[in-house]
Amino acid sequence: MHKKTIAELSRSLQAREFSSVELTRHLLSRIDALDGGLNSFITVTAEGALAAAAAADERIARGEGGPLTGIPLAHKDIFCTEGVRTSCGSRMLDNFVSPYDATVVSRLKDAGMVMLGKTNMDEFAMGSSNETSFYGPVHNPWDLKTVPGGSSGGSAAAVAARLAPVATGTDTGGSIRQPAALVGITGVKPTYGRVSRYGMIAFASSLDQAGVLTRTAEDAALVLEAMSGFDPRDSTSSPAPVPCYHGSLQESLEGLRVGVPEEFMDEGLDSENRAAVEAALDVYRALGATVTTVSLPSLALSVPTYYVVAPAEASSNLSRFDGVRFGYRCDDPADLLDLYQRSRGEGFGDEVKRRIMTGTYVLSAGYYDAYYLKAQKVRELIAREFRQAFQHVDVLMGPTTPAPAFELGAKTTDPITMYLNDIYTIAVNLAGLPGVSIPCGLVQGLPVGLQLIGPHFSEARLLNVAHRYQQESDWHQRLPVGY
Amino acid sequence: MSLTKQEVESVARLARLEITEGEIGRVVEKLSSIIDFVDQLQTANTDDVMPMAHPLDMGQRLRTDEIFEADQRNRYQVNAPEVEAGLYLVPKVIE
Repeated sequence: MHKKTIAELSRSLQAREFSSVELTRHLLSRIDALDGGLNSFITVTAEGALAAAAAADERIARGEGGPLTGIPLAHKDIFCTEGVRTSCGSRMLDNFVSPYDATVVSRLKDAGMVMLGKTNMDEFAMGSSNETSFYGPVHNPWDLKTVPGGSSGGSAAAVAARLAPVATGTDTGGSIRQPAALVGITGVKPTYGRVSRYGMIAFASSLDQAGVLTRTAEDAALVLEAMSGFDPRDSTSSPAPVPCYHGSLQESLEGLRVGVPEEFMDEGLDSENRAAVEAALDVYRALGATVTTVSLPSLALSVPTYYVVAPAEASSNLSRFDGVRFGYRCDDPADLLDLYQRSRGEGFGDEVKRRIMTGTYVLSAGYYDAYYLKAQKVRELIAREFRQAFQHVDVLMGPTTPAPAFELGAKTTDPITMYLNDIYTIAVNLAGLPGVSIPCGLVQGLPVGLQLIGPHFSEARLLNVAHRYQQESDWHQRLPVGY
Repeated sequence: MSLTKQEVESVARLARLEITEGEIGRVVEKLSSIIDFVDQLQTANTDDVMPMAHPLDMGQRLRTDEIFEADQRNRYQVNAPEVEAGLYLVPKVIE
C-alpha cells in the first residue's frame, strides 16, 4: 500500500480494495517500525488519525468522497493544528498546543485527508539540514549518515521513506525544494500569496510560502489544488482563481522555451550533479522543448540579500515569543526584563538567536539604509532580472542544490557554508516566484534534483512540465534501500 | 567588519536575548562573519532602483471594520505560563 501514489491510493479507496483505516494503520505501523532511525516525526497522532480515517471511510461509503478523502498526510510542525502540539522544532513551543487550525490544515481536513502527525524541522524553519531542531536531527533515508536537507527535512524524509504519501512544507529560501532534492522526491513551492499563511508560524513574512512534498508531480497537483486559494485571514493572500492543476498535466511540451541560467551551471556545481541536470535537459529536448542559456547576473547577491531581509523580518516576527502569553518561560524571573531575556535566551537555539541578532543589527539605528534598504533594492534588481528572462523563456531550469546530501555535522561550524547551500533556491523566494524540484538522478547513490522556475502563478505549467518528465524517467520511483 | 563585544551586547539587549559570558565570544565571531558576508551588497549598483515593497506588486487589501471573531480568551490562555482572573501575570513592574 505504501508504495502507491496518491492518485493510485485514491482509486483503491474508491474501489474499496482497502479502507482508509487499513491504510492508516499500515502507515502508522511503518512509522513505528522505521522512524526510530529517521526521526522524521516530532508528534504522531495515531488516535486522531484512526478516527479521521474511519470518518473518511464513511464518507466514501456514502459516495461523498473526493480525490483526497481518506488519504493520509503529515504536516510540518510549523502549521498550527487544533488540540495538537505545534512546536516549530523549538524548545520555545515544546508545550504549545494550538487552539486553532492553520488554513492549510483545515482545507486538507475538509478534503477528507487524514493527519498522521507533525514532522520534524529546523527550529523556526531556520536551517538547511534539519540539524537545528530541538528534537534532534532528521536522517536521510538514502544514507542515515547524511542530512535530509531543511528546513522541511522531516516532511521530506517521511515521504521518501514511504511513511506518508504526502507532507506539507514551507519554503522561505528553499526549505521545500532543497530537502525534496536531497531525498529524491517532488517538492513544490508555489507563488508567494498562492497558499494562505494563516496559522503557519511566521519566519520571514515576505518570503514564506506553504507547499507540498510528494513523490510525483501528479500527487502534488492534487494536494496543491485543495490547499491553494484566497483566504481573507491572510492579508497577502492572492485573489487569483486556482486553476485545475491536474487537468493540464498531460499537455504537450512541443515548443516549450527552456532557459538555463548560466550562473546556475558555474564552477560551484558538482560535476556529476551537472551531468544529471544536463541529461534531464536532453529529455526535455526530446519532448520538443528548445533549451537556451540565459543570465541572472545578480544571482550571486541573492544569498547576502536573503541574509539581511529574512533575519530582519524574523527578528520582528519572533518578538512575540516573550514568555508571557504562550511558550517557554524561564524559572524564577527577577523582573520583567529578566523574564524576557532568559525566556528567549533559554527557549531559542543558537541559529535562531543568531538570526534574531543579525536582524536586530541590520534594522538598528544607523544601519537600516546600508543593509535593509540596500537589500530591498538588490531584491528588486533580482526580480527584474527574472522578469527579463521570462520575456524570452517559459520556464527556467537548473540544479536545485550544488551537490547531493552532505554528512551530518559537516556544515554546522560555519554558518556561511550552510547558508551557501541555498544558492540556487533563494532568489526564487526573493522574487516571489513558484519553483519545483523533481528527482533527476543519483550521484554516488544519493538523489539530486532538477529545479523548475516559472513566472508568478505558473504552477499549472510547472506541474505539467514536471509531470511529462516523470513519464519519461523513473528517478521519482527509486526507493531508498530498507524502505 | 568586526563587531565589538559592546556592540553585540547592545544588539542582544535590543533583541531581549540573554547571552551568557561563556557564549559571548562565539556570538561576536559568528555575527561578525555574517555581517562581513552581507557586506557584499555594497558592491551592487542600485542607483535608480526602487526598494521592493512586495514580491507581487500588490496593494494592501482593506476590509470593513466589523467584528467577525468571537472572544476566545479562555481558550488562548490555556497556553499561558501564568494567568489569574483572565489576566496574564508577569513579575511586578511598578513598585
